[in-house]
Amino acid sequence: MSLPENPEVAQFLREHMPFSSLSDEELQHAASQIEVAYFKAGSEILSLGGRVDALHVIRSGAVEVFRRNGSLYNRLSEGGIFGEFGLLRNGVVRFPARALEDSLVYLLPEPIFNELFEANEEFADYVEVEDRTRLRQAVSQREDANDLMNAPVRDLVMREPVTVSAFASAQEAAQKMVETGMAALLITDTGQAEAEAVTHEPPTVVGIVTDRDLRDRLVAEGRDYSTPVAQIMSPALYSIESNQLVFEAMLVMLQHNVHHLPVMRRGVPLGMVDLTDIIRYESQNSLFVVSSIHRQMEVETLSALSADAAACFRRMVTEDANSRMIGSAMAVIGRSFKQRLLELAEEILGPPPVPYCFVALGSMARDEQALASDQDNALILDDSYDEAQHGDYFEALAKFVCDGLNACGYSYCSGEVMATNPRWRQPRRVWQRYFDQWIEQPTPETLLNSSIFFDIKGVWGEVSWADQLYRRILDKARRSPRFLASMARNALLRTPPLGFFKDFVMETDGRHGNSINIKRRGTAPLVDLIRVHALAVGSEALNSFERLDDIIAADILPRGRGQDLRDALEFISLVRIRHQALDLDDEREPDNNIEPENLSEFERKHLKDAFQLLSDAQKYLRFRYTPGR
Amino acid sequence: MFYLKPDHLNSDSRPEQAVQDWATEFQRLEQQARDPRLQRYYRAGMVAADTPISKAPLVAMDFETTGLDPERDGIVSIGLVPLSLARIRCADAREWILRPRVPLSSSSVVIHGITHSEVADADDLSSIIEPLLEALAGRILVVHCSEIERKFLDAALRFRTGEGIRFPVIDTLELEARLHRPLSIWSQLFKRQQVSIALAESRSRYRLPFYRPHHALTDALACAELLQAQVADRFTPETPVSELWS
Repeated sequence: MSLPENPEVAQFLREHMPFSSLSDEELQHAASQIEVAYFKAGSEILSLGGRVDALHVIRSGAVEVFRRNGSLYNRLSEGGIFGEFGLLRNGVVRFPARALEDSLVYLLPEPIFNELFEANEEFADYVEVEDRTRLRQAVSQREDANDLMNAPVRDLVMREPVTVSAFASAQEAAQKMVETGMAALLITDTGQAEAEAVTHEPPTVVGIVTDRDLRDRLVAEGRDYSTPVAQIMSPALYSIESNQLVFEAMLVMLQHNVHHLPVMRRGVPLGMVDLTDIIRYESQNSLFVVSSIHRQMEVETLSALSADAAACFRRMVTEDANSRMIGSAMAVIGRSFKQRLLELAEEILGPPPVPYCFVALGSMARDEQALASDQDNALILDDSYDEAQHGDYFEALAKFVCDGLNACGYSYCSGEVMATNPRWRQPRRVWQRYFDQWIEQPTPETLLNSSIFFDIKGVWGEVSWADQLYRRILDKARRSPRFLASMARNALLRTPPLGFFKDFVMETDGRHGNSINIKRRGTAPLVDLIRVHALAVGSEALNSFERLDDIIAADILPRGRGQDLRDALEFISLVRIRHQALDLDDEREPDNNIEPENLSEFERKHLKDAFQLLSDAQKYLRFRYTPGR
Repeated sequence: MFYLKPDHLNSDSRPEQAVQDWATEFQRLEQQARDPRLQRYYRAGMVAADTPISKAPLVAMDFETTGLDPERDGIVSIGLVPLSLARIRCADAREWILRPRVPLSSSSVVIHGITHSEVADADDLSSIIEPLLEALAGRILVVHCSEIERKFLDAALRFRTGEGIRFPVIDTLELEARLHRPLSIWSQLFKRQQVSIALAESRSRYRLPFYRPHHALTDALACAELLQAQVADRFTPETPVSELWS
């Protein structure tokens, strides 16, 4: 007689995490060892401090799990597991559980649980005690899937750079290319003699010359082979540090339309990456979308490209890009739309009468763009701006751009945070006054403004003005505890839900909702919270992940919490992104609403963990910025 | 579990007089028994009638048979799962596929899915009498519709050893009938438009999950879970077994 097979038990386990990760053999073994218990609604299943000797798997019914203090920790239904906390801690119940409905529970006895926990990594990861550990696993598993984009750019550098002096002739450069087989050389500012000598001063890279430059700028133009290479090179305005990520290299290339980048380590060139190195790893779509945006001659054809932007988004999701890559790529595309619209506007309206800076606000400024975002923008005008003289020009410019953005899929901002709003089309001194006032005398309305306008980035014109304003904000905000306290309070207005229960969103008070706006309840409160800390530590970064780096470096959070927040932000953002991609697949308008029935079990569990982290971080925020502390 | 249609049960099939003190009865039966396997079974004893259900060792059992007549039809498979009121232990579950005394009819194959070739390779029940009785020894049987298991096991042993067998049974069908057939169970059992007390329907009233029927081990498990639910619903762990068994 073989081991009796219980098909119903095995089948059920096979369909549910963490058992679905088991091999057939492990699964049959687990199923054959299951014990079964029935609990009437209202009866205690695990009591605090009591013993737990099995992993509990809900076969039917519903169970509530409580914290030590008696508050509801989670509500679970069919397939939910509990008791793992206690099992991993000497078998003492940490989270008591009670049957909410009549429930049938499968029990995986402790010895088998331990066996599987030791032998099967996925099983262990899933039931791992610490919520945040589980979340980190979820995030890092995804990162593994596209480690090349997340790899430091030095991983792409295959060989030492070949350099020639700026004083060398074009022919010498060509000979060096032939010798080394390189199609691009770095040009340094060293003299001929010095270049040969051993020197301790690292040479400065001043340019790049490619074989194409020799063709286009030397041969085609009929210049002498002795022409100094400095005259045919492209100046090296941009470079990348060796520890920056591959996708950042790609973004630099995208933003500045260059195809080669020197890779530097502490000022010394380590090598070079070119676009073809990267293009293998990156969806070509985002590059093509950006370059086609810049080629369009009118708004009509430009707006047709919004479909390409969505396709690029979808492709990056399919290729398992992380939220930062997708957020950046979408922001670059959005910025390109703005830039091209402004170019077109200036062609129609003529050159601007006074200098100006067109700024992006909010998610686009933070490089955290998803789909379904509306436009948040403003105009900073030169202080010489005179409304009577120049007002009409900038009003027309703003209207052209905002209408154009709306046509390109960036819908008008419902809160009127757009350059078309005269209030947000002001000279620099007025902006300074606005920001000073918002910081010195915060009101509910200006706090809302601060959370939008304090993520500010110049996209066209005098872009440095935006940076200068941002530094002014930083300087004042960090020295204003009252303002930080107000911002902190404001950041607590939107709270995460508790998690999910069956196909409902569980609120902390036990109410159920049919869907959840993951932006309003997840990413937005997290970003708000990170912004408060960032302002407090004077971080110059706009991107939430970069801000977190600065916050962690400033050591103002309890140990490990910064990393936790990063994981939470990454996971929630990815869920949002993935569901927008699903909307596109189903030919629905992408939005920020998530219906629990569309969540995978993996997402449910980890989202719940991420919400929990957010909730804890909000409590800490309230504590830290309480005035008078 | 063979799902009975109304005309398949005779209303006079209830045991003539209900035994209440099975512990004493087992001592008497042990004296009568001649087969050593049966002697051992009875010698293992039975709990006293006033034992609380929560303390009683139980075993849920289900047969798949070639038909409904214990004298003519045979057992094709046996599934059993030991349990206590608190826990059902799948790890000690047993299952046997058997070659019945009579050929499988095609219609029964349709019901339990055990095919002629599987049965051809299987042993006759006589070869498993010993492990079967060992697994049942000292435990109260739990079945849904005790007529089948009681009579088929009795008949099967009589054919092979010349001696029948008697044992206490907690019948989940009968417990369900007490609730939904309050007057005279057997007279009302087959009237139309009554609450069904079949296994699957009974289970669904306690929010127990749907299990595909006609697999002896699954049906035994299904029956064990139903008993846990019934006791949780309207008895207590202290309820003496005498209130439940017959």
